[in-house]
Amino acid sequence: MAFRRFCKSLLYGLPLGITFLDCVGYVARVDGTSMQPALNPVAEERDYVFLLRWGIHNSAVERGDIISLISPKDPAQKIIKRVVGMQGDVVSTLGYKHEIVRVPDGHCWVEGDHTGHSLDSNTFGPVAMGLMSARAVAIVWPPERWRLLKNELPRRRRPVQVAKASYYS
Amino acid sequence: MKMGMGYTVLSRLRTLARYTIAYACITHCTFEYVGDFVLCKGPSMEPTLFSDNVLLTERLSKYWRKYQSGDIIIAVSPVNASQYICKRIVAVSGEKITTLKPHPIEAESASKQPSEISMVTDYVPHGCVWIEGDNKSNSSDSRYYGPIPLGLIRSRVVCRIWPLSELTGL
Repeated sequence: MAFRRFCKSLLYGLPLGITFLDCVGYVARVDGTSMQPALNPVAEERDYVFLLRWGIHNSAVERGDIISLISPKDPAQKIIKRVVGMQGDVVSTLGYKHEIVRVPDGHCWVEGDHTGHSLDSNTFGPVAMGLMSARAVAIVWPPERWRLLKNELPRRRRPVQVAKASYYS
Repeated sequence: MKMGMGYTVLSRLRTLARYTIAYACITHCTFEYVGDFVLCKGPSMEPTLFSDNVLLTERLSKYWRKYQSGDIIIAVSPVNASQYICKRIVAVSGEKITTLKPHPIEAESASKQPSEISMVTDYVPHGCVWIEGDNKSNSSDSRYYGPIPLGLIRSRVVCRIWPLSELTGL
């Protein structure tokens, strides 16, 4: 009887849990140093971030947000970067094949904060916005690192020209 | 007596809410991990698929089978993330394709002169596929925006279920 009750609650609980993780968000560990100093400031200590999936597909992403996206090189891998330019923006690149790039429609320009130690749009070019999976909103672990992640873009990394918002709304 | 009535209504509402949430979650999981139904719009896949056809798609087989050329897939459009596209995979990573270089979308964004664009034979890069519509003359596909990353692919089309007279596997 207890076993049957367990099975029944699993049958209801499992879809509920998966739906929650899909629609609201989940916690993930950040590997690598590409987002220093915002994430993983000390290489040996890993930060855990809360990734908010709610609203990711309603173009709620802005320049300066930290997002997680499926790697354009390997669909099994997720990467975490900061959005530098949205569609229509003109960005100055750091070592890409063109010095100035206009981000094509439906794409965005993402970069790691740790310039030069990050595999980002400067290597693989603009990424399709359909690859975005979630937005990082807070560091939840370890406790002494607990904080909300601010939307900030270094002045020198702002797009050269920002697209008119009305054009893409 | 009145209070008793109110209590029954409340408990019925709670049961209803519980069932609604449970079935909504089960539906979400089925559509997200097993497969779903897609309504086709537009002429880009004629003569295989026509506008208003309903397709049955699945997203389970990606765990044990790689996408192959010839598969019809549903993907998020690389030029508009709120739109889905239905195309046929023409080449997977490592295979050869003949293409304009640079791709028209890149040339637009880098404001290249048309004279610098040329037809070349190229390989599809790692982690990407080359997709084209069956209606070559009326389709915006990889010939315009280049190879698309595998991560954009949502599901693979299994068969057409509507109209019923044209129920066929694809």
